[in-house]
Amino acid sequence: MSLLDQPELPFDEPALLPDRFQKWFAGRGWSPRAHQLALLEKARDNRSALLIAPTGAGKTLAGFLPTLVELSGDTRSRAASWPLPPYTVSSPSPLVGEGRGGGHPDAQSPLSPSRRGEGRSSVQRSRGLHTLYISPLKALAVDIARNLEMPVAEMGLPIRIETRTGDTPVSRRQRQRRYPPDILLTTPEQLALLLASDDAPFLFSSLKRIVLDELHALVTSKRGDLLSLGLARLWKLAPEIRAIGLSATVAEPDELARFLVPQPGGKPLSADIVVAGGAAPPIVEMLDSRERLPWAGHTARHALGEVYELIKRNKTTLVFVNTRSQAEMLFQDLWRINDDGLAIALHHGSLDVAQRRKVEEAMAAGRLQGIVCTSSLDLGVDWGDVDLVINIGAPKGCSRLMQRIGRANHRLDEASRAVLVPANRFEVLECSVAIDAIAENAQDTPPLRTGALDVLAQHVLGCACGEPFFPDDLYAEVVTAAPYATLSRENFDDVVEFVATGGYALKTYERFARIKQDKQGRWRVANPKVRQSYRLNVGTIVEEPMLKVKLVRSRAGGAGSTGPINRGGRMLGEIEEYFIEGLVVGDTFVFGGEVVRYEALVEDQVYVSRANDKDAKVPSYMGGKFPLSTYLAERVRKLLDDGRAWGALPEQVRDWLSLQRDVSRVPGVRELLVETFPRGTKNYLICYPFEGRLAHQTLGMLLTRRLERARARPLGFVANEYALAVWGIGDMSFMIRHGQLSLAALFDADMLGDDLEAWLAESALMKRTFRNCALISGLIARRFTDEEKSRRQVLFSTDLVYDVLRKHQADHVLLRAARADAATGLLDLKRLGDMLARIRGRITHRELDHVSPLAVPVMLEIGRESIYGEASDELLAEAAEELVREAAG
Amino acid sequence: MTIRAQITDEGSSRARNSIVELAGVTLVADVSGALVWEEVGLLVVSDLHLEKGSSFAARGVLLPPYDTAATLGRLAAVVARYNPGMVIALGDSFHDRLAHERLACSDREAIAALQEGRDWIWISGNHDPALPDSLGGVVATEVAIGPIVFRHEPTGVIGEIAGHLHPKARVATRGRAMERRCFASDGERAVMPAFGAYAGGLSIRDLAFAKIFPQVGFMAYLLGDNRLHAIAAARCC
Repeated sequence: MSLLDQPELPFDEPALLPDRFQKWFAGRGWSPRAHQLALLEKARDNRSALLIAPTGAGKTLAGFLPTLVELSGDTRSRAASWPLPPYTVSSPSPLVGEGRGGGHPDAQSPLSPSRRGEGRSSVQRSRGLHTLYISPLKALAVDIARNLEMPVAEMGLPIRIETRTGDTPVSRRQRQRRYPPDILLTTPEQLALLLASDDAPFLFSSLKRIVLDELHALVTSKRGDLLSLGLARLWKLAPEIRAIGLSATVAEPDELARFLVPQPGGKPLSADIVVAGGAAPPIVEMLDSRERLPWAGHTARHALGEVYELIKRNKTTLVFVNTRSQAEMLFQDLWRINDDGLAIALHHGSLDVAQRRKVEEAMAAGRLQGIVCTSSLDLGVDWGDVDLVINIGAPKGCSRLMQRIGRANHRLDEASRAVLVPANRFEVLECSVAIDAIAENAQDTPPLRTGALDVLAQHVLGCACGEPFFPDDLYAEVVTAAPYATLSRENFDDVVEFVATGGYALKTYERFARIKQDKQGRWRVANPKVRQSYRLNVGTIVEEPMLKVKLVRSRAGGAGSTGPINRGGRMLGEIEEYFIEGLVVGDTFVFGGEVVRYEALVEDQVYVSRANDKDAKVPSYMGGKFPLSTYLAERVRKLLDDGRAWGALPEQVRDWLSLQRDVSRVPGVRELLVETFPRGTKNYLICYPFEGRLAHQTLGMLLTRRLERARARPLGFVANEYALAVWGIGDMSFMIRHGQLSLAALFDADMLGDDLEAWLAESALMKRTFRNCALISGLIARRFTDEEKSRRQVLFSTDLVYDVLRKHQADHVLLRAARADAATGLLDLKRLGDMLARIRGRITHRELDHVSPLAVPVMLEIGRESIYGEASDELLAEAAEELVREAAG
Repeated sequence: MTIRAQITDEGSSRARNSIVELAGVTLVADVSGALVWEEVGLLVVSDLHLEKGSSFAARGVLLPPYDTAATLGRLAAVVARYNPGMVIALGDSFHDRLAHERLACSDREAIAALQEGRDWIWISGNHDPALPDSLGGVVATEVAIGPIVFRHEPTGVIGEIAGHLHPKARVATRGRAMERRCFASDGERAVMPAFGAYAGGLSIRDLAFAKIFPQVGFMAYLLGDNRLHAIAAARCC
């Protein structure tokens, strides 16, 4: 990622690179890389391009070279592509016509006030915005700007570079709109805001290039949808712009390359693809632990000593884990054995920002030997000279793992080094296939998204905040965005209707419309308040409601005490509200690297005290955001099925699988193995779909409903990435044997019909999904103006809306949006559906006397992890009975 | 205060209600959030907040306009179940002063049908201090029957049944939590849950409840899916 990280490569192409640039390269002892020249060639030919390159390939410089060359004024093609004079000489604004003469004297100063609207040629500005750079992280935009300054200064190029993020002061933002820099570095949200202003045509009409960084990461989320709609707008405002996408290696480059060019309708169109070669293959090993491999769990405590040794032997080691709580736990454990006093730090997304910055600075300065981190360090800026990456636990996906490994050694010709540390036996299988996949350079990035309707609603409102639009025009524009290329006109019209009056079958809100059509049929925003609210609420990142965690001294008197607590504690960071909601005073959990005790919740602050317990009472392992990729899952099933391949596995794992083969069965590639057995007073049903925790959780919800109906009296279930365990009172072995319970019927895909419907009615996960859609679409505001804040009751529970809307207009566009999210999001319905189709007619049942070796890991999760299942009447009844027992005791 | 769970025979065979004795009077707390005094044939609901959706819509938040129909539908169901001679709507029946003007014809008719053949009292609340005669029924600021007084805002006197606060309670065990609307009572006075589809809630751990219930040991009766659950307020969070 660093611009200046540029070892020599023998390549020369003077025609593409002006003298000044060649000298600069030579002066640094470099020559331009093949892919950098390739991008210059694409620029010369007026083509958009996707550059696929590993970290350390000089990707960012490659992306900016065409811009720098064009702006340097050195290129022969300059006359064609860049007709305006250098920026120090102001020219009249294209906003008010083509005329270039007669500049206003005031306009020489970039700080002079705008004179727009005062007359035809009274507006002055610099030559206009040339290149827009979009990054998923604002820190990255700032870092890139800093890195760009160096070649620009050294070559003496007349180029002005500025950033624009949420932190940019209002005065500077206003100035940027009137006197844009040559290169503006910003984020998708800021682009949306710029596009929603009246200045957009003025600001972007001069735009020539757009550079999209970390495109592979941007396109997997709703932010990518928003960005694609912004691009569609830009293509309309400045049809000549060419895009350069910068991306890590992905599974389907052609698909990703569609994002960069307007889709013509019909057959998809892709930008040209440039692939940078020459990266040394990484050296990835699995830790061959001397210790006994745990059956379950995610902490990898068994390998703690070995991880510590690795940190000790290397200069700077990044230790990646999958969740915040794992990071907390590992950090705490490492310090417990840190006899050498190694500088080991902790970094994750919910730590206090100031604390994170401190860690990043120390890392950049080379003062840290180990950093325990989560995906918070997956992307972005280089913080130092990392020579080893350790990945604790499941890799989840090989492309993701490859990205993490790339954080070590940002030099193209040196191999990155990584060690994978599986935390349990199943993870050994996963690590093993991930290493094979990396050796084959296989990729498992997800396919390009279908654009979300809630994001489209936000965009439509944004458009109405700018210039009024005709629906036909906007529809034609929106479908040029790759994620929305297949959007139907019907869906588009529904979204516009939703933005206007809520899109309800009951037409009672016409007079409250947020956008209105004029006589010509153009939609415009109904009043300035709507515009204000749009600006406050732009963006697609819905943050989980967070509470601040403060460390205080424990109150005497324990739970139930109502005495005041000392509020002047140290701020530890932030925690998800839903996690705290599940706690009662006195519960312990791990946070900020230590075990803490929940003391009180006052407004948005959680008060905790230091607990002396070694283990936390309430586990907070939520498995991380990403489930095991379909691709790795498939490889794990293949590995299991192929006994000859077991030779490469550690002996303990081999023995475990052999034992499974002897007492039960090892599941085949396409089949679903179901085991039933009694244990204690309960009966268990275990299945092994290998489809990731989210899909298993949904399957568990639906299976328990069906088992309930079959009178198997299920009590609960627990899911991990590989398996699902359901337990109950009924003897499921007996029921299957006597035909009272048909596994084929139990696992039939029709569970995705009525059973799913019934569950969705009350599912907390579905309500969370709906809430996100309601917020992104702008139905409910997230941020308020001061005037609104002063009025009480601005907040509204989206759960109540969900209940009412489901009953009265089940096909409402927001419910459709939520449904689409559920297919791939928290409920992973699509994957569940694919699995049920795959295993149809391929269910193998084993009736056992006791738990099988393969079942042990998931069985151990019972009691260790929170038991899944929607909280319901049973939970309330339990709490009520607890009280009765206390009273009796 | 004595609470006995009982299974009622009326309506849904699984619906279980709680018998609440308040100041010597026996009342049935229904799982729908209504309170029934069978002896006098009275049914009470509180905080209907009709037309809250359109009230928000007027301020630019286009909530689904189905809340009034949804609320009246549930009210019709519980009225059909008990067939009371008298209904008291315990204040804040309408979300704002002009809400009644925005009622759809069908909802207006639904209200009239509910009032048919029984006494109907609108207690005025802070959201709906004045209601027109055209809505039918009688408007009052409070109603006293025997030892019980019904008013919108609780004052804490013995024998008072009020609304206004929208009590809700959250119960957590083993990392899971569940939040429901609830009745709150200490056997001397009670606060009813809000009945309206869009009515939010206030935690019974809020100071407002401590002001009404002088002793710490008041109970929350949480509205479960099929039955009420009596849980000490101190146990809730």
